[in-house]
Amino acid sequence: MEKADLFETVEINTDLLILGGGMAACGAAYEASHWAKQHNLKVTLVDKASMERSGAVAMGLSAINQYLGLKDGKNKLEDYITYVKNDLMGIARDDLVANIARHVDSSVHLFEQWGLPIWKDEQGRYVNEGRWQIMINGESYKPIVAEAAKNALNELGENGSYYERIFITGPLLDGNRCIGATGFSVRENKFYVFKAKSVIAAMGGAVHVFKPRSVGEGLGRSWYPPFNSGASTYFTLKAGAELTCQEVRFVPVRFKDAYGPVGAWFLLFKSRATNALGEDYMETRAAELKNWLPYGNAKPTPANLRNYLMMLEVEEGKHPIYMRTEEAIQNIVREAKDEKTSKRTLKKLENEAWEDFLDMTISQALLWASTNVKPEEKPSEIAACEPYFIGSHSGGSGAWVSGPEDIAPPNYRWGYPNMTTVQGLFAAGDASGASSHKFSSGSFTEGRIAGKAAVSFCVDHPGMPVSLEQKILEIKEETFRPLHTFDQHKEYTNDPNVNPNFIKPHMFMFRLQKIMDEYAGGVSNLFRTSRPLLEKGLDFLQFMKEDAEKLAAADSHELMRCWENIHRLWQAESHIRTVLFREETRWPGYYFRTDFPTMDEKWHCFANCRWDPESGEWEMMRKEVIDLVK
Amino acid sequence: MPSFVITQKCDGCKALDRTACQYICPNDLMVLDRETGKAYNRAPEMCWECYNCVKICPTQAIEVRGYADFMPLGAVVQPMRSSDAIIWTVKFRDGQISRFRFPIRTKPEGSVQPDAGFSTGTSDLKSPLLRTEPDSTGMSDLAKMKE
Repeated sequence: MEKADLFETVEINTDLLILGGGMAACGAAYEASHWAKQHNLKVTLVDKASMERSGAVAMGLSAINQYLGLKDGKNKLEDYITYVKNDLMGIARDDLVANIARHVDSSVHLFEQWGLPIWKDEQGRYVNEGRWQIMINGESYKPIVAEAAKNALNELGENGSYYERIFITGPLLDGNRCIGATGFSVRENKFYVFKAKSVIAAMGGAVHVFKPRSVGEGLGRSWYPPFNSGASTYFTLKAGAELTCQEVRFVPVRFKDAYGPVGAWFLLFKSRATNALGEDYMETRAAELKNWLPYGNAKPTPANLRNYLMMLEVEEGKHPIYMRTEEAIQNIVREAKDEKTSKRTLKKLENEAWEDFLDMTISQALLWASTNVKPEEKPSEIAACEPYFIGSHSGGSGAWVSGPEDIAPPNYRWGYPNMTTVQGLFAAGDASGASSHKFSSGSFTEGRIAGKAAVSFCVDHPGMPVSLEQKILEIKEETFRPLHTFDQHKEYTNDPNVNPNFIKPHMFMFRLQKIMDEYAGGVSNLFRTSRPLLEKGLDFLQFMKEDAEKLAAADSHELMRCWENIHRLWQAESHIRTVLFREETRWPGYYFRTDFPTMDEKWHCFANCRWDPESGEWEMMRKEVIDLVK
Repeated sequence: MPSFVITQKCDGCKALDRTACQYICPNDLMVLDRETGKAYNRAPEMCWECYNCVKICPTQAIEVRGYADFMPLGAVVQPMRSSDAIIWTVKFRDGQISRFRFPIRTKPEGSVQPDAGFSTGTSDLKSPLLRTEPDSTGMSDLAKMKE
């Protein structure tokens, strides 16, 4: 008997299917419910975890990084576009960034009304961390937002529902139209077939594609969550959607090892970072920025260039690099007029500094406690993390989506806002590309934009999708193949993990991470790569694609791990292919092409890719960057 | 191992239809051992140390021991989460203890009203206005770029 036969097939017919449960998916459910109600449509959300604590905000956050303050005239849309464009070295979709920016304040105002504590000053105004960032007490940020999304779905009555602990493996297609998704429960023996008129992919970015710095228990201490495993990239690629900026990975610089946030230290406490000799490399290496003009002159200096200056210090052996917390605290305390005020200021700073970690990276508090760090007494090490795929932060990877009707130039517009190049398939949050710096609030907002547009698509395309019974049987067998493989061969050896007939997902992941680290510019290569290295890496990925068919799982948890790593593999391949395609170095602090070590004006364009579901071939494309702000 | 279960304190959430930690773990790590009736973290090296199992455990049976491949032993960071605040106790390796209290929400759990009192200014699906807009933007219309 096939293992697949042990899993009951459950078919769910809906109108709008939302995949994911994080900020973007919650935004989509929140918004879509309102419009679906007016048109008597169904909305169904599917989450691999529990919405209450799923996605990148699962742990909490200490700041909301995108708030423009438009109502108070603090900033204009153009200011945000310029900031994003410079940070990404000229490669961003102004129309998408503008669309999110004009709605994001509304989302933040909703969060506050729903019960999220936002820091206020004596005049009742939000406390800014930096120009765009506001401080929150964000331990329960995700439960609050998830509650709003669930309550919005509830307003639909029988037409609104959410499913948890279902892992989506891939899309259901009818030509160039996405008509649903399939997956399995990690709790029950059930195979799920979701059929829908439109689908929103919002399953987050990708972590553990590159080898992390820590490979023991600390493997899990990735800066971005280890459960974001490339599902969005896989889903959109397999649907035949065009993807953009797959080379624009993100390498965050964070407190070393526990990856605690540095934003509050740099922006709120005005801390400096120095090398081991106490030199501020942003000053001593300022001349280097001239090699990356005009972006080298931008204020603030683009994240990847700040990284790069730091990496040059490391290359010269001038590390450890330190966040000068002791100096920053002394500077603030020194401004106090008497000893009493000084003590009170110190106490307040201590609270703020610890909350910053406890709200969003509790491990960093553990690391400080376990190494007896008092930030007012000694500096703490910072370092570049391993690369991640996250279109919502200072990376750019994601699907190439249609822009808003009233802002997007014709080349950027082919249908509904945030629809991919596949009919009926939408993307938001980390799943949509070239619209960086959305963070939590912008991802929720982009989910809202996609949610409304996807409902509009359903209304315009009222016919139910075609029946695909034979195809679904094939997908079901493929889905459970790792269970079958394990079952068939497990008796052959006396070690469940070592068997010549299969590979377990954990080792599969380690192999992928090693390839990416050594050939595609990971941490151990100081983020450097070249054509010969990339081509070699691509060869090894082909072996992995073959071996993926021999992945084995002992239970449904391990089955999920198998599929997560298949998803990561496709993320890795689209990355290598795009890094190879772009023959220049544009984000030196993210990756460095040693064979093309400078920025080249002829690559001032998007590098897009598409995998053709019919032929199985990859197509690489250049797309024009259109500036809406001069 | 990042999150761990104190054997004596875990009762396997007997009174519930599923264990709390299993329900909440975003990475599907916490499982109930049917034989012992105790929960455990099945893959500590995939644990993000997000503390959601620690916060939700009804018997306070779960704590976190920092990743041993880079953290010296001896520190404890333990939360107590109530309906509107969280209290953290941070015990340093050298024995010093700090305590912090932060608000977590301004309105009770379960009270979230999706529209939050804002009204939606359009019923047009093709309009760029989203639910609750323009009311919730605090302005009379969406911000525009200069021509």
